[in-house]
Amino acid sequence: MKNTFFTLCILICSFLNISAQEDDLLSLLGEEETTEYIDAAFKTNRVIHGHSIESTSEGVLDFKISHRFGMVNTGFHELFGLDNAMVRFGFDYGITDRLTVGVGRNSFRKIYDSFIKYKFLRQSKGQKNVPITAAWLTALDFQGTKNNPDPDGKASSRMAFTHQVILGSKISDGFSLQVMPTYVHRNLVDFNEKNDIIAFGIAARQKLSKWVAVTFEYYLTPGDQLPENKYSSFSFGFDIETGGHVFQLHFTNSTAMTNRGFITESTGDWADGGVHFGFNVSRVFTAKKRKN
Amino acid sequence: MNKIFFSFLILSFIFATSSEAQKYFTRDGNINFISDAVLEKIEAKNTNATSVLDAETGKLEFAVLVKAFQFEKALMQEHFNENYMESSKFPKAIFKGSIDNFEALDLSKSGTYEVTVVGKLSIHGETQPIKTKGSLKIDGENILASSVFSIQVEDYGIKIPSVVKDNVAKEVEIMVDLKYQPFKR
Repeated sequence: MKNTFFTLCILICSFLNISAQEDDLLSLLGEEETTEYIDAAFKTNRVIHGHSIESTSEGVLDFKISHRFGMVNTGFHELFGLDNAMVRFGFDYGITDRLTVGVGRNSFRKIYDSFIKYKFLRQSKGQKNVPITAAWLTALDFQGTKNNPDPDGKASSRMAFTHQVILGSKISDGFSLQVMPTYVHRNLVDFNEKNDIIAFGIAARQKLSKWVAVTFEYYLTPGDQLPENKYSSFSFGFDIETGGHVFQLHFTNSTAMTNRGFITESTGDWADGGVHFGFNVSRVFTAKKRKN
Repeated sequence: MNKIFFSFLILSFIFATSSEAQKYFTRDGNINFISDAVLEKIEAKNTNATSVLDAETGKLEFAVLVKAFQFEKALMQEHFNENYMESSKFPKAIFKGSIDNFEALDLSKSGTYEVTVVGKLSIHGETQPIKTKGSLKIDGENILASSVFSIQVEDYGIKIPSVVKDNVAKEVEIMVDLKYQPFKR
């Protein structure tokens, strides 16, 4: 009895041993743990007006053409705003995968804008587990109108600065969420406005298919920081990706496409149909090919 | 008591022989592919392919991290991972197979051997049978292996939207080039 038991034992053991080997040669090497960085939480480096946690990849030039048409509540006479358009042309460039710079020119108040953005934390899993991506953004707007809004004619009065921390996470393959505590300083404002505005942005992206996503972006300015005729910026839209282009179509109560403009000076009231239709088109060019 | 001792002896013998079986491995194999479409030629390189070759049975296995493929353009890489391969859902491509004409080979002699490899290739959650020619070159204690074969991306459930049908090829050529080292426990 004992004999049979042991023989059986050996048989089983040897069988297990052999089968384990034959089934999976790769398991011999063990699992090598690597760090996987989570990319593409948003299709492009802008959600709608504001920045997303994405940066432009190293050596890539991103050319953007954006339009905001007139307000929908201007009615049929203005073809629901389509007769008027604010235009922005801009170039973003990835100096490294973490560092992006950009410039733009807006028809609205002839504003020149520029920014520098640095991604200092990257979401990853595996060996190094980081739940969020974080970036710092500093932007400068310069109003280029012929007439200086400042009667004293100081050039600095044309400027506004924005500092922003963007914290975001690709929560699932389809859903990404980010929050953006923001500080905007305007050197010159109307008598009833404040120079410094603190805003809390929140933005999200939900993929509808591999090539289409729905997005939303809200910049809440708490308290009575904004005068009565200015509103927090609220926008929603769609991202449509085709090869090298990203088309972003959206509805928004903000007329301007620069930080100062949409965060602190949005005049549209959603409740009253004070909404613009607009789009951004992003086209990327690889200026510097990557080393393999 | 004797019997128990005897059983252990056999057991240890089995374990000992099995671990002595000669196996070869690599962790830095090259697997590249080319998609040669009308408008665009896309190349990607992966230098971290893992593979094990059992020189006793002729079985071999490959595993490749999809995210580790490097493209010339960042956007291509993003599309590859996000839209085509869905690499967060299907992180690895795996091949399990064997050398068909293994009995006829004598790997103890140096030289180059033409081989036929058959097995199953799993990409993007789909598994398909594969048969391809390749070569093994005995190089001292190492074995150099290479092969070139083509697959239809459609077979692996990868859809190419009509907008980019001239940019992304339906058939992709895969090049395998690696150096096996003896596996020591």
